Amino acid sequence: MGGPLRDVGKAVLLLEDGTVFHGQSLGAEGEAFGEVVFNTSITGYQEVLTDPSYRGQIVTMTYPLIGNYGMVPGDSESRGAWLTGFAVREASALRSNWRSTTDLPAWLREQKVVGIQGIDTRALTRHLRINGSKHGVVSSADLDVGSLARRLEQAPRIVGRDLVGEVSCTAPYEWTEPAFGDAALPEARYRVVVIDCGVKYNILRRLVSSGCQVTVVPATTQASEILSLRPDGVVLSNGPGDPEPLSYAIKTTRSLIGKRPIFGICLGQQILGLALGGRTYKLKFGHHGGNHPVKDIATGRIAITTQNHGFNVDMDSIAHPGTRATHVNLYDGTTEGLENRDMEFFSVQYHPEASPGPHDASYLFSRFTDMMGARKGA
Amino acid sequence: MPRRTDIHSVLIIGTGPIVIGQACEFDYSGTQACKALREEGLRVVLANSNPATIMTDPEMADATYIEPITVPVLSKIIEAEKPDALLPTLGGQTGLNIAMQLAENGTLERHGVLMIGADREAIRKAEDRKLFKLSMEAIGLEVPRSGLAHSLEEARETARRIGFPLVIRPSFTLGGTGGGIVPSVDRFDEMASRGLSASMISEILVEESIAGWKEFELEVMRDTADNVVVVCSIENFDPMGIHTGDSITVAPAQTLTDREYQRMRDAAIACIREIGVETGGSNIQFAMHPGTGRMVVIEMNPRVSRSSALASKATGFPIARIAAKLAVGYTLDEIPNDITKDTPASFEPTIDYCVVKIPRFAFEKFPSADPTLTIQMKSVGEVMAIGRTFKEALQKGIRGLEIRRPGLSGSDGGVADQRLEELLNRPTADRLFQIYEAFQRGWSVDRVHRATSIDPWFLGNISEIVDFEATICEGNVRQAKQLGFSDQQIAARLGTPESAVRRLREAGGILPAYKLVDTCAAEFEARTPYYYSTYDAEDEARPSLRKKIMILGGGPNRIGQGIEFDYCCVHAAFALREIGYETIMVNSNPETVSTDYDISDKLYFEPLTREDVLNIVEREKPEGVIVQLGGQTPLTLAVGLEEAGVPIIGTSPDSIDRAEDRKRFAELVRTLGLRQPENGSAVEVKDALDIAHAIAYPVLVRPSYVLGGRAMEIVYDDSSLEHYMRRAVWASPERPVLIDRFIEDAIEVDVDMLSDGRTCVIGGIMEHIEEAGVHSGDAAMVLPPHTLPHWMIEEIRRYTRLLAMELHVVGLMNVQYAVKGKELYIIEVNPRASRTVPFVSKAIGVPLAKLAAKLMVGMTLAEVGFSQEVTPRHISVKESVLPFARFPGVDIILGPEMKSTGEVMGIDMDFGSAYCKSQLGALQNVPVSGTVFISVKDKDKTQQIVSVAHQLMHLGFSVASTSGTARFLRANGIEAEVVRRASEGAPNLLDLINAGRIQLIINSPSGKIPRQDEVSIRSIANARGVPVVTTMPGADAYAQGIRAFIRGELGVKPIQRYHVGSLLR
Ligand SMILES: Nc1ncnc2c1ncn2[C@@H]1O[C@H](COP(=O)(O)OP(=O)(O)O)[C@@H](O)[C@H]1O
Ligand SMILES: Nc1ncnc2c1ncn2[C@@H]1O[C@H](COP(=O)(O)OP(=O)(O)O)[C@@H](O)[C@H]1O
Ligand SMILES: [Mg+2]
Ligand SMILES: [Mg+2]
Repeated sequence: MGGPLRDVGKAVLLLEDGTVFHGQSLGAEGEAFGEVVFNTSITGYQEVLTDPSYRGQIVTMTYPLIGNYGMVPGDSESRGAWLTGFAVREASALRSNWRSTTDLPAWLREQKVVGIQGIDTRALTRHLRINGSKHGVVSSADLDVGSLARRLEQAPRIVGRDLVGEVSCTAPYEWTEPAFGDAALPEARYRVVVIDCGVKYNILRRLVSSGCQVTVVPATTQASEILSLRPDGVVLSNGPGDPEPLSYAIKTTRSLIGKRPIFGICLGQQILGLALGGRTYKLKFGHHGGNHPVKDIATGRIAITTQNHGFNVDMDSIAHPGTRATHVNLYDGTTEGLENRDMEFFSVQYHPEASPGPHDASYLFSRFTDMMGARKGA
Repeated sequence: MPRRTDIHSVLIIGTGPIVIGQACEFDYSGTQACKALREEGLRVVLANSNPATIMTDPEMADATYIEPITVPVLSKIIEAEKPDALLPTLGGQTGLNIAMQLAENGTLERHGVLMIGADREAIRKAEDRKLFKLSMEAIGLEVPRSGLAHSLEEARETARRIGFPLVIRPSFTLGGTGGGIVPSVDRFDEMASRGLSASMISEILVEESIAGWKEFELEVMRDTADNVVVVCSIENFDPMGIHTGDSITVAPAQTLTDREYQRMRDAAIACIREIGVETGGSNIQFAMHPGTGRMVVIEMNPRVSRSSALASKATGFPIARIAAKLAVGYTLDEIPNDITKDTPASFEPTIDYCVVKIPRFAFEKFPSADPTLTIQMKSVGEVMAIGRTFKEALQKGIRGLEIRRPGLSGSDGGVADQRLEELLNRPTADRLFQIYEAFQRGWSVDRVHRATSIDPWFLGNISEIVDFEATICEGNVRQAKQLGFSDQQIAARLGTPESAVRRLREAGGILPAYKLVDTCAAEFEARTPYYYSTYDAEDEARPSLRKKIMILGGGPNRIGQGIEFDYCCVHAAFALREIGYETIMVNSNPETVSTDYDISDKLYFEPLTREDVLNIVEREKPEGVIVQLGGQTPLTLAVGLEEAGVPIIGTSPDSIDRAEDRKRFAELVRTLGLRQPENGSAVEVKDALDIAHAIAYPVLVRPSYVLGGRAMEIVYDDSSLEHYMRRAVWASPERPVLIDRFIEDAIEVDVDMLSDGRTCVIGGIMEHIEEAGVHSGDAAMVLPPHTLPHWMIEEIRRYTRLLAMELHVVGLMNVQYAVKGKELYIIEVNPRASRTVPFVSKAIGVPLAKLAAKLMVGMTLAEVGFSQEVTPRHISVKESVLPFARFPGVDIILGPEMKSTGEVMGIDMDFGSAYCKSQLGALQNVPVSGTVFISVKDKDKTQQIVSVAHQLMHLGFSVASTSGTARFLRANGIEAEVVRRASEGAPNLLDLINAGRIQLIINSPSGKIPRQDEVSIRSIANARGVPVVTTMPGADAYAQGIRAFIRGELGVKPIQRYHVGSLLR
């Protein structure tokens, strides 16, 4: 049984500023360090748990009832869990869904994710909103706050750290699975190389469903190697953490600009921004959820988007000719997209592949194939 | 896009009376719309016949027509007002239907009125079940397989094609009457025939039954730029086959994976686009097969609905307000989210709590109605509860229902397992408690799931509650509270009084934390203090240091306590805010205006129990708490709250008790030298008989401490009295049966009065049209009295004043009297706001509830500017609306037990016109020609009925009667044709009614136990929409109404013009 009824061990969540939450252990026993962030999606905990972009983070879900439909084969965004810790109000061991095969607590144990349940996640969320995201530790092994605090101080922070290396694939591979529910596939007309900084499967599925033949390459792959695959276009994937230390990917991107159409997603946009000579900065508590309105400046259309990022491109720092902002976040006015028509690249800070989240922005995949099509036609 | 500049005035059509399926949620949405449009500087014209609404308050619109919602009346309003636009999507189904008729008959076009929000085409595509199915198929969405049939043969054919089980839905019936689920071929012919004959056009939809599938709803908003957002998802605890209005529902959806949810969201967006609802909110229902994920669309409501109100309260996103803004041209991103102020409305709310809605039923009022829950809605109200878990919200919801359950608890422990399984299989209002019972017996989730088809996740949560309950001890009280257990439940387990649990909690620091409903799961700061309680760590309540008053609302609507009380609470909030108080509203009813976050300074969405109210009082420490406006619910809390030290303002709890307690009240009446019907109380049959003999039959019997005349009966002889006493198994020395002399053929009078403790002023004196014995909530009434002599009215004033002074009433008081010849009897005193307060306020142009609130904080009548009774020159008639159409076969006779769900007001310069408007408003056909059928009991064979018959003959009606009445009428010079009774063979009266040959029925019941053929006359007439009048004064009023109608004298006039210059605000 879930929540307060289960006779489980204790656990604590300690933040770097000394704030402590006492709860019960969930998932694996042990301790895990990371940046604590909150995600406001109601559905989609499985996709969140398997999103490589959460590498190095402890995620708390603002929706209090997590695990209701268990874990469903085929709904994951990568081969396992990448986040370090998970914090919820009530984890349900009861699962109800015709496709589900395991329950959440069991899966977390199997994936060695250290979790905590039964804490006031809203209080935690408010704390992070007011004070900014915090480094923290969740532990069900050592419950002594003093000793945890000492180890927390030693633990590495997220700024300046290359987390992409921990999640990127080690060798190139082909991807062929289409998006969920897409039975009839268009013929594959475009060769696309995806630079894997921690790519979510749904980006790959969407590309296949849009008529692309997809090759995924490690983030450290050099531009020349990529060009030798004769791609029609290149996708810079999403991924975890701070873009600044990713000098190799930035360099690769710089060499590809203008040579092939480029589509950047999330971390991909930040890498593009840095490659264009711009700067990135850290947001106070990031954007993590599935309900942010983003406006397409050209059309005025609003998409409800999936967001998951702690860093952002500073548009003012980009002096690159022809490059302009295309999308804006209506919550806080931050830049959500940029493009350069002449140089044939565009990117968004949010997740057009959704998963979890609304499908409003999936039109961007057609925009990418159109861009490749125009070039091929020309 | 900014606001359109071609629209300067907008017509909004309200829903009219509260009926099952259309309740005060449309006052909430209409009120929001009025406010939103007036903010834009638009002239708002409003039509609604329901006086108990906030939207019909004179300051809500520029011109408010409290007139019947009919096509001719609306045409007149349009002619007079020439609005630029009509917004049809905020007034429920009634508003939508009338708007469609006005579009179809060319009225709108003729006067250049634009339909905004949704146009005719879109409405038709959504409302016509066949067109809707075609539209869904066109965009690749599945719908249940179905076919239309016009004959039994055709229906059988369709059934063969589709297979069993099936559902049958007659087209064009009131509220789906005659429909139902057909499990197998055995009952098909019977049910199909019933459906065909119920349909006015002999058409039924035969549809694949998907009962048992999971049911979901999405609330969708669209703007003119084609941006679409989903405001909320709702999952039904009760699966398909039980109307969503009768289902327990939960927000957000709990058991959908993100993929499933997004697929549903995509479908909803495609649906609103295909149907073409241009702007505003729509509700789309889906079903999903639990074993395969097959998803079908059930229906779309192209307007705000009951579920939109729920979704608004569940998320904090004001759907109706935003819909109104979108309709006049704004896009979602141009409208700020009121709760955060800094973010726009173009987003999807995300919530960090669980919301449970539980319907409230009234089957106890209709013992012969079928209590099975099916595809036709039967509930009369609902409660909503918010918690951090489903378990907590469910238990809070149950105790908020006010059905004497402190939380989840058992039903009949005595039934055998097999019987329990059958009960679980056949859903009724009690099923939740039968599920509890099953888990108590150790049944598995799986077994209960097989019997109920309820999703195992919900059942599993309930079984966790049951398991935990058995372990409750002093050491786990905090966990118990987190699971939603009330102190009362815990006390029962620990074997201590409730107060001991409270002390235990306080000592252990186990106190509720109040959290905000903020649309965004704390991602942004919320500016609007809308709270719910939970047992989590952080308390976000921010009590201010201002002077503050707490107002206790009325909880879920039920027959006897509805929108009128919510109206009063809202007025108190307005009034107190006006004079500088901070106002705190406590209520649990999501349909209401009072639970709109911008009505009071703070809103606590909480059950109205002693425990929950005390918790808030302790946190907020208000200067005063108002208990006299929310109906009986807060009033019954008064004594307990005062004992706990809560400052109750207004009439003191002791005075309340003096009025409510029979013994104390009898004494008070005696001291004042007033008169009350002779009475007594008894537990034993013998004592009851002795009392009845002493005061003489007929007597009125009832349980003590009941509401709305529950189980109240008029008893004419010993054997009926014995029968009643034997059924009254609950009777005990603390709760005896009350026996009163029944005052026959008396005129009943209602009085509402205001007092500041020193002086008092009468608000209104209403003369009932039906005689005493018809519950005041069901009777029609006239203000000012139309037959009472002047001296009697003086006497009524004197009595009322004496009572008010003796009880030191501060605020409102209501007295009911019976006038028998020259004698005046007090029936009862209600030391609180009554159901008639809004009606009186609108009739006299004085907001009584507002003034009452000011008196309660210490102002005097002189200070609030009300020192003299207002006797208007116009006539106002209040008529009640009854739910019989929903309960086929139930006798529609009126009695001392209240059965109506709503009311309307007819207002005009003469009685006939006002009465006629009240009938039209009450959705009655007022016939202008044809045949009137008259059949009355011997006692009613008097000059009064002769005069009624004369009047009708003069107006061109012919008269038909049963033999006895015909003989009497003929002897008095009226040509009455004799019609056979049903028992006398064919063709008989029933055939005539069915053939549409009878236009009006005047039929008074012949005794306590009405004859079966009378019951069927009345229920068939009711099903056919033929008006039935069951009392002689009613018949007289009806004749006058028809005369006014025939003469075509019915004009329309906004309420503002009835009270020019006299309006106290
Ligand atoms: N094909 C069906 N099989 C079983 N139950 C159904 C079917 N269609 C509708 N229902 C049930 O009937 C209820 C009312 O149907 P709906 O189409 O929503 O009509 P209404 O206009 O009264 O809301 C639904 O809430 C659902 O539970
Ligand atoms: N003694 C009586 N004689 C005649 N009618 C009565 C008498 N007492 C009550 N009634 C009728 O019963 C109705 C309900 O009784 P009331 O005492 O007002 O109960 P409630 O508290 O439900 O309003 C009244 O409106 C009136 O029509
Ligand atoms: Mg419906
Ligand atoms: Mg009464």
